[in-house]
Amino acid sequence: MKRILTLLPATAVCLAFVSGLAYSIWQIAITTTSVDLPGLLGENLDQSGVENPVTAVLLNFRSYDTLLEIGVLVIAGIAGISVARTSSLEDPELRTSDTLLYALQRWLIPLMLLLAGYLLWAGSDRPGGAFQAGAVLAASGVLMRLGGIPMDFLRPGIMLRLGLSLGFAVFLLVAVTSALHGGEFLAYPPELAKTLIVVIETVLTLSIAMVLLALFVSAPVNNAEEPEEGGSG
Amino acid sequence: MTPSLLYAFAGAALCGIGLFGFIVISHLLRKLLAFNLMGSGVFLVLVGLAQHRSGPDPVPQALVLTGIVVAIAATALAVVLIRRYFHLSGKTALEDPARDTLPHQGPREVREAPRE
Repeated sequence: MKRILTLLPATAVCLAFVSGLAYSIWQIAITTTSVDLPGLLGENLDQSGVENPVTAVLLNFRSYDTLLEIGVLVIAGIAGISVARTSSLEDPELRTSDTLLYALQRWLIPLMLLLAGYLLWAGSDRPGGAFQAGAVLAASGVLMRLGGIPMDFLRPGIMLRLGLSLGFAVFLLVAVTSALHGGEFLAYPPELAKTLIVVIETVLTLSIAMVLLALFVSAPVNNAEEPEEGGSG
Repeated sequence: MTPSLLYAFAGAALCGIGLFGFIVISHLLRKLLAFNLMGSGVFLVLVGLAQHRSGPDPVPQALVLTGIVVAIAATALAVVLIRRYFHLSGKTALEDPARDTLPHQGPREVREAPRE
């Protein structure tokens, strides 16, 4: 009974929150606006350099968001690595080895790498792009980690640093270069737009995969000598 | 009342459920899950509300895609932090500073040396 009483204020707050939110959604839904964003996007799509509207928004019309996003990702990755308890993210001690998983990986990893490359390329004219490809790439990295395949690029050093920062650095370089040439920050020259977008997407894929993988491996699961870890606590 | 608007209202409901969990549950991992549920609700509201009038709208979809990636990274960072906290304190919930609670298990000895 006492527990129900303590839950009562929280329930009331949540119900009020939901009803306020639902009321706002309803208000927005019934009011008409004069701005037609999909139409506006469709008219300007041929200037963006890519045919997929989502990619055009992500890497051309609202590329500022994407630039900030990869910045956030890099910071999260660095923070995750720096609180990790291990001195190196790639340590033979931390590898699990599972023969079945290893055998499966020899089939899966090449397919996943191929899929990541396809998704990256497909992003220019159909659903796909850097984020999906980066997620697949990170997933294959996680699988490799779980199957005990050594990943030397995760050792502290130039590869790890480059992998984490490449996407953000290249993106920022493109942005600043276009600003220095008299254009606006992040405005690509129209004739180079497609090339630049593909280059940025490629390095973004690598960096996103690297950040996600680094965040995964910086929370090691091998704590055999610490029985409390993973218990009910 | 189109199906897309239904998605938006479902998103509002998810936000409410997530907020409830975030307030009530003390276990940090579950709190994180509840927080993610709120985030998913926000994404649903964004996409559902935008496509209710004129079909799929790429602008909010792109923003939500950005949001999903940031949410994944933030969640992973939160998990790393929670595990670190658990390592250091042996607790799965934050301490209440107002109450002098008996620790569930004594704070474990912190070993900074890397495990080789």
